[in-house]
Amino acid sequence: MSTERELMRVVIVGHVDHGKSTLVGRLFHDTGSLADGKLEQIKGMCERRGMPFEWAFLMDAFQSERDQGITIDTAQIWFKTPKRDYTIIDAPGHREFIKNMITGAASAEAAIMLIDASQGVQQQSRTHAFLLNLLGIRQIIVVVNKMDLAGCDERTFAAIKAEYVRYLDEIGIVPNFVIPAVARDGDNLVHRSERMGWYQDGTLISALDSFQSQGELRALPLRLPIQDVYKFDDRRILAGRIVSGRLKVGDRLLFSPSNKVARVKTIEAWNAEPPLEAEPGQSIGIITDEQIFIERGEIASHEKAAPIETNVFHGRLFWLGRKPLTRGDTYRLRMLSRDVQVTVERIEAIYDPDSLSQRPAETVERNEIADVVLRSYALLALDEADDNPQTGRFVLSDGANIVAGGTISMRDYPDQRKLVTVRSTNITAVAHRITNTQRVSRNGHKGGVLWFTGLSGAGKSTIAMAVEQELFRRGYQTYVLDGDNVRRGLNSNLSFSPEDRAENIRRVGEVAALFADSGQIVVTAFISPYRSDRRRARAAAKDGFHEIYIKASLETCEKRDPKGLYRRARSGEIAEFTGVTAPYETPDAPELTIDTDRLSVEESVAAVLDYVDRKFRKHS
Amino acid sequence: MNHLDRLEAQSVYILREAFNRIEKLAMLWSLGKDSNVMVWLAKKAFFGHVPFPVMHIDTEKKFPEMYAFRDRYAQEWNLSLIADKCPPVEEVDQTLPPAARSAARKTLGLRNAIERYGFNGIIAGIRRDEEAVRSKERVFSPRGESGQWDFRDQPPEFWDYFNTDLPPGTHLRVHPLLHWTEMDIWRYIAREKIPMVELYFARNGKRYRSLGDQDITFPIDSKASTIEEIIIELEQTRAPERAGRAMDRETEDAFERLRAAGYM
Ligand SMILES: Nc1nc2c(ncn2[C@@H]2O[C@H](COP(=O)(O)OP(=O)(O)OP(=O)(O)O)[C@@H](O)[C@H]2O)c(=O)[nH]1
Ligand SMILES: [Mg+2]
Repeated sequence: MSTERELMRVVIVGHVDHGKSTLVGRLFHDTGSLADGKLEQIKGMCERRGMPFEWAFLMDAFQSERDQGITIDTAQIWFKTPKRDYTIIDAPGHREFIKNMITGAASAEAAIMLIDASQGVQQQSRTHAFLLNLLGIRQIIVVVNKMDLAGCDERTFAAIKAEYVRYLDEIGIVPNFVIPAVARDGDNLVHRSERMGWYQDGTLISALDSFQSQGELRALPLRLPIQDVYKFDDRRILAGRIVSGRLKVGDRLLFSPSNKVARVKTIEAWNAEPPLEAEPGQSIGIITDEQIFIERGEIASHEKAAPIETNVFHGRLFWLGRKPLTRGDTYRLRMLSRDVQVTVERIEAIYDPDSLSQRPAETVERNEIADVVLRSYALLALDEADDNPQTGRFVLSDGANIVAGGTISMRDYPDQRKLVTVRSTNITAVAHRITNTQRVSRNGHKGGVLWFTGLSGAGKSTIAMAVEQELFRRGYQTYVLDGDNVRRGLNSNLSFSPEDRAENIRRVGEVAALFADSGQIVVTAFISPYRSDRRRARAAAKDGFHEIYIKASLETCEKRDPKGLYRRARSGEIAEFTGVTAPYETPDAPELTIDTDRLSVEESVAAVLDYVDRKFRKHS
Repeated sequence: MNHLDRLEAQSVYILREAFNRIEKLAMLWSLGKDSNVMVWLAKKAFFGHVPFPVMHIDTEKKFPEMYAFRDRYAQEWNLSLIADKCPPVEEVDQTLPPAARSAARKTLGLRNAIERYGFNGIIAGIRRDEEAVRSKERVFSPRGESGQWDFRDQPPEFWDYFNTDLPPGTHLRVHPLLHWTEMDIWRYIAREKIPMVELYFARNGKRYRSLGDQDITFPIDSKASTIEEIIIELEQTRAPERAGRAMDRETEDAFERLRAAGYM
């Protein structure tokens, strides 16, 4: 009795009517898997409809599918070869049923892509390939079907093969096999084709058998999303399924995003020995040594290899919703057991699988593939899809139903974990003997932070220095923190990576808060493109924080280009330049906006001074 | 993890999702092999507990052995059992052929129970390999106000993200065994030593491969009197599992119509 036999899940995709269901039916028959009586049953169905025998009727079980000769929904069937067991997933090819194609294909480890020799590469041949790539399916067999309609001609086969392989290459797929076949008659499925003696390579079955069962998820860092917390008896069990990595009794676990830590005391089990360790795919329950408050949605990992924490990321998604996805709309984001609201901050591009081009757009229509930026209020724990396929993907829901699926990239966005966790808990602030009131009455004004934010070239430094000079003249205690100056000393150990940029801003925010506390008016002049960074700076300086948006259009800034940076960014000399290749997130609700497109430097400075006079004078 | 471990882990995951996401949940317990495996998996998922009612839609036409099994294991497994009786057959769609009508009666019994207890999630032990229409099912499958299945427009479901929210008045069918085959079921029963109704084991050259109501289920010729022998028999046979079920083949679309109307 061999329970150790391997099972592989294979999906069949391709353009409508190219013969997918037929291939499944015929393959099933040729491997001797058809149940007794089934062939006669299908014959009966075809006779009743007065049509020739259709293998597709094995899979197309709905009356409407048989009547229309089209697959509507995905179905699965099992068969075995001497090598292993297979689940074959038949998927519909009609564009209208892409949601069902994805439903079928998403769980497959390998795919058979069908192309009708008499029609060649069609729209869904391309879209399906694009989707397979997005779904992470890398083992692919191309079958050029209905070769009988092309006279079993070798050159027709070669031409289709060349065209399609070139296309696949452009989207990063290398097919493992390209096989000419006649699905209806079984040529090159299980048995070699006599009609196509010119084809010397393997049959479909031998190609399938050569594939590897996928998923070295074990070697990746531990990720255990918490699905539920059970208290059925005196145990408090954290339940979840490990998606990657390994977990052992005694391991110290970090829970994200709450950042709590506890040790695994036991792995619980019913009617079995309690295991001492667990691996990817296992649905487990653990008891921790300390009673920490953990809810569904947290991800447990080891401390050394924790997921990224962020509230914004890039998603490449396929949109299945009936209503178009629209910039500014809010959806429910689901990442494993996590479920939070997100807003579509930006639609970066829509992909056209036919021309492999991208275009900008305000909305994404049903069945389109797009790059978007999603932002949540809550902090998320995630990985990039390239690092971990399981935690690097997400779905969106709208009302009752799933409307999109996609993969995650963090390009240009920093990990926020380090930035939120460090406020040590075992340090108590020492009280000053001089009160804030005393400082205000000595200086004649309150302390605070004027946080300038805006594109490079918007005028932050120019205005900041002029404001400092004039405030000084008017008797204010003031000082400017400027990018280049801070980078030379305090932050000389930081690079320009996304993480270090965020750390740069974090330090400036903390220093500015100290200056403000000492009674001074600090002016900071940093691009500070991310809302999350600015929010953190605001938290540090509390009431004394004033966000001042130095606003100028990208065109204006490029025209000014005082340091020649835009030119260098456009030529590719500088990677990740804000506004060009990296995002700038405009302030939601700045205390003051200075539009330098419209105002001269003098007018801008005057506007800031006016604001300071109103807000910082002792009696205001 | 071996193949059975993987199947088990996936079912446990589904059951836990259902328990977390669905407010009023019940599990159908037909007393057959699949639903016994399902109860067993629930005990695995919830560490010895079955934290929702287990419902037997009683047609009053089951075999006596099945009623005895029910009463014994409801106790032994500490189940909270609901065993309401189905309405009389006269209340059922008269245009259906006889066996299908009998199945439709069960659908009606289920619908009544859902209404009576206000369930919005029903766990059912169907499998994709049983029947071509069931092969098209989702793991979490939404049902309309009178329990009907809109199979022409099912919502997408992938990467183990299920559609768990639903409009009021509707309910979800949850299918934790959808990915299992008949062979998997018996291998798991063997491994876990799960108790089964003795009708599955051959006596006098006959056994039941699938158990439904007495009047519409027929035994097959078999000498398999132990689980191990059943597994060997299954490795060799090419007869379909539901060959002994009359209702599946009265007309080509009989099963589709039954399921569209809310049958398991
Ligand atoms: N001549 C010829 N006809 C074929 C072959 N394979 C399939 N067909 C026919 O092509 C038609 C479409 O086949 P299906 O298997 O339904 O196509 P499909 O790709 O499953 O279609 P959808 O699922 O609706 O996208 C049927 O009429 C088949 O009989 C083949 O090798 N040669
Ligand atoms: Mg088809």
